Amino acid sequence: METILGRFRNLIVLAAILFAQIVGLAVQIKSPTGQGDTRLIRVWAVSAITPLEKAVISSQNFVRHLWTNYVYFRGVRRENRELRAELDRMKLEQVRLQEDADMARRIQSLLAFKEQYIDTTVAAQVIGTSGTDQSRALYIDKGSNDGLRADMAVITPNGIVGKIEQVFPRSAQVLPINDQLSGVGVALKDTRLQGILRGATNGTTTVQYVMADERVVPGEEVITSGGDRIFPKGLPVGKVVEVTPGKDLFLDIRVQPSAHLNHLEEVLVVTKVTEKLPDIQDLGPISVSDILARRLPTVPDKPNLGAGNNTTSTAASASTSATQPKPPETAASGTPAIRTPATPGASPPTHAPGTTAGGALATPGANTTAHAPGNAAAASGSTAASNAAVKKPSPSGPEHSTQPVTTQPATTPETTATQHPVGEAAGGAPKPVRKLPEGSAPGVSPSPTPQPGADNPQR
Amino acid sequence: MTAGPMPFRGSLTSRDQIAVYEFSWPAVIFIPLAAIAIQAFLPVRIRFFPVLDLPMMVVIFFAVARRNPISGCLTGAVIGLLQDTLAGAGHPIGMFGIADTVVGFAASSLGVKIDVENHGTRFFITYVFFVIHQAIFFGVARGLLRQSLEWSWSRVAISAVANAVVGVLVYAFLDRFKKR
Repeated sequence: METILGRFRNLIVLAAILFAQIVGLAVQIKSPTGQGDTRLIRVWAVSAITPLEKAVISSQNFVRHLWTNYVYFRGVRRENRELRAELDRMKLEQVRLQEDADMARRIQSLLAFKEQYIDTTVAAQVIGTSGTDQSRALYIDKGSNDGLRADMAVITPNGIVGKIEQVFPRSAQVLPINDQLSGVGVALKDTRLQGILRGATNGTTTVQYVMADERVVPGEEVITSGGDRIFPKGLPVGKVVEVTPGKDLFLDIRVQPSAHLNHLEEVLVVTKVTEKLPDIQDLGPISVSDILARRLPTVPDKPNLGAGNNTTSTAASASTSATQPKPPETAASGTPAIRTPATPGASPPTHAPGTTAGGALATPGANTTAHAPGNAAAASGSTAASNAAVKKPSPSGPEHSTQPVTTQPATTPETTATQHPVGEAAGGAPKPVRKLPEGSAPGVSPSPTPQPGADNPQR
Repeated sequence: MTAGPMPFRGSLTSRDQIAVYEFSWPAVIFIPLAAIAIQAFLPVRIRFFPVLDLPMMVVIFFAVARRNPISGCLTGAVIGLLQDTLAGAGHPIGMFGIADTVVGFAASSLGVKIDVENHGTRFFITYVFFVIHQAIFFGVARGLLRQSLEWSWSRVAISAVANAVVGVLVYAFLDRFKKR
């Protein structure tokens, strides 16, 4: 017996060690949490490794900070110029977006929609990975001491990253969206189709449970749907790159994540999400004319601007919209218009003579002008108005804001009367004014020959 | 701490004796920890680093240098379990442990038989043991845990070459810590 034990001692030890580990695996698999009694050893291991990784990251950041902030300034001036130009563009873009956002908040308030707001976030640094291809878990340098808990969303400005899987005192493990165990409720931005984003062993992400008869095209953006109760609704996820037929009548929609999951350095952990109604207190009362005036470009004080001043008038009109959110509601007569809330099904506003803010538009089919504030002009039935509704005052596009200026001949008193900032802008091209019924703006004369292209909403 | 030359045990090499090396305790502790830390840290910066398996290289190195199957088993088990603890929640502790235990046992058993000091042999055994390591890992994941892993010969072959090349360099560096 001793001879046998001595002879096969190595193999017996090997078998014993393997057996112990297999039993350990079995214990973990049988555990309902999937962790069993091994959590303590995970805590020990992570606590032993993460300080080393933190030290490496900190020293690396120190050197990089020293280099980039005190030594390496090549291209900084050029970058500064570019950033200033970008900032100017963004300011103008913000004007337009703010108007849309205000309008959306009002509509949401009317419909009692509750929005999810990201209240507080904690910035964290990625300090490690699982080190294997089979698991794509990440480690960040914030833990329960910083207020992190399991199932919190982890995002970057580009898109979502994943969720907190395990929390340790000074670190946490993140399950990224491309891990095979991950699942995120997503929606396609244009088609509003909903599905579940799952990761795979090779690191790709696929939207599943979209029926095969749906039309999904590559390039469509994917956002969070909010259905998983982890990620707030509307966060960017990625873009569709490939659509293939899957199994069981579903599509396999491969998605390229917006966040650079392979090069993550800093992430944000969403520690608090609040649900509340949109705050419209600061927006004040709303009228149809307000809506139109905000959405449509205004006319500068001098109607005959030189053709070379397109850029100036663009900026001017945009800034006017920004600084004067409520343009005058009367045009020629100065009679104040009756303010009408933009409630669905509301009556059309009664405009004073000469009022062109809504009056010029609220002529044919005037009952529909207040239905959808964002598309009030389009709902008026006037093709020119719908043209203008499509043409949001994009300051970067000179054809939008300069069109009322450059195409307005201002020859007759009648047409001059239509040069009210809002009314004129509502038409987009003031010439193709339709024949108006009674009670509408009297100063507007019908134009028998609509301007070519005025009905084309793509212009 | 130094070990004398071991008697000849029927080696396949032409050498009369096969040296058995030992290591200082700091080296025994910190080399595996450093390998695991690097394996966890570098993928943050280097995208394709998970192709390499530094802890497995360390297991092979210690096992081959000590030429003791029991020591190789234990070294592989400890390093593999430590590596498991850093993996994600879907990675139960023990998957790398089992694979590294077998690799440690086999490498130390092989080290008794053949000369593993030259670079060519090191390249070859690292290549072979990486394939064995992947096969055991795949078998455990699919057979015991029912995980949906996919076996790719091309990926394993390329990864094995990369590991073998890096392994030769790593072994050359770790040779400095050997004590005869």
